[in-house]
Amino acid sequence: MMKAKLNIIATLLVLFSTTAFALEHPDDHSHDHGEGQTMDLKTEIKQTIKHHLKDAHYFELYHGLAMPLPVIIWDNGIHLFMSSSFDHGHALASSNGNYYNLDHGKIYKTDSEGHVLENQSIIDFSITKNVLVIILMCAFLLISFSKLARSYKKGPIPTGFGRILEPLVLFVRDDIAIPNIGEKHYKKYMSYLLTVFFFIWFLNLSGMMPLGINVTGSIVVTFSLALITYFITQFTANKNYWGHIFWMPGVPVPMKIILLPIELLGTIIKPFSLMIRLYANITAGHVVLMSLIGLIYAAQHWLANGAFFGLTLFLGVIELLVAFLQAYIFTMLTALYFGSAVEEHDDH
Amino acid sequence: MDAETFAMIGKGLIVIGAGLGIGKIGGSAMDAIARQPEATAKIQTAMIIAAALIEGIGFAALFA
Repeated sequence: MMKAKLNIIATLLVLFSTTAFALEHPDDHSHDHGEGQTMDLKTEIKQTIKHHLKDAHYFELYHGLAMPLPVIIWDNGIHLFMSSSFDHGHALASSNGNYYNLDHGKIYKTDSEGHVLENQSIIDFSITKNVLVIILMCAFLLISFSKLARSYKKGPIPTGFGRILEPLVLFVRDDIAIPNIGEKHYKKYMSYLLTVFFFIWFLNLSGMMPLGINVTGSIVVTFSLALITYFITQFTANKNYWGHIFWMPGVPVPMKIILLPIELLGTIIKPFSLMIRLYANITAGHVVLMSLIGLIYAAQHWLANGAFFGLTLFLGVIELLVAFLQAYIFTMLTALYFGSAVEEHDDH
Repeated sequence: MDAETFAMIGKGLIVIGAGLGIGKIGGSAMDAIARQPEATAKIQTAMIIAAALIEGIGFAALFA
């Protein structure tokens, strides 16, 4: 039983690593974007990186083998069809008498000949590859954590994957929540802190895996996470928090007037910096890593190839650390903002 | 030189500044840990928060 499981995992690993290698092999892309003309290696590497960072309506398993994903468009009613009807941007998709075109990952409304209709805006709710990975990750988190929760009914020691999760949950509680929020209030924020920590960490890690999708490196995802943090901070804040924003106690009146706009701005800057930090760190990591992989192909000498391979390996391990660090910092700063929102000021 | 060149020079300066800042934080944290090894956890937390704030400025400069 156990051996069979291991065999399956090993096979999957080998399969995925070969597909990833093919994905990152820039030579394979020569006929993809160039439309007949061949590109030099530099442009190919650049386009591979750009392609990797962007969200797409396809889930590319292998070069040329892409899984179509559902497209959902709101255009005076819901239009639902698979992205395979775009044929990678070569064909128009028709749905209920409307025509749509896919151009560089963006969907436009067109007439039946393919001319883009101006000032006809549509809302794109499609399940893109980022959305797909988020849904899969949510399902994974839901299953593994409800399993962990259920295992406590049987006894104090969790089983299986829960054994890895339990110390991490305790880490979030003892090292992030309690020191920053305080013994009294930390409990009501624990669910959000745990969710955000594991969500970001696992998404970062899945981005480092072969086939990995750069989800936390897209600014929309980090914006949503920061927005939730912002709303929770503002809506659970006590009167001391608002007092420190609107009428800072203990300073002279002219100073209070100067501090008011600064403090108000500060409430927005805090989640904004959360958003930028996560997005920029993960994007920069992916760009550097993929550029180094590109350099392996660009280098002409075997010694240089080996050196760049070593550098890639080194940076890959660093990125694993960054994946954890960014999840930790996001959770930590979120806890810090929650802590400032519920702080009691009995001492002055 | 056009505006873009100056923007690039500015970004470089900001990255140098952010690097110096984070280096200073790291060095001070090392000193502090050497003096009080029992406070390592607290010092590390404070160090990471301060470094993250500086890093935010650096990234904002790079992406602006």
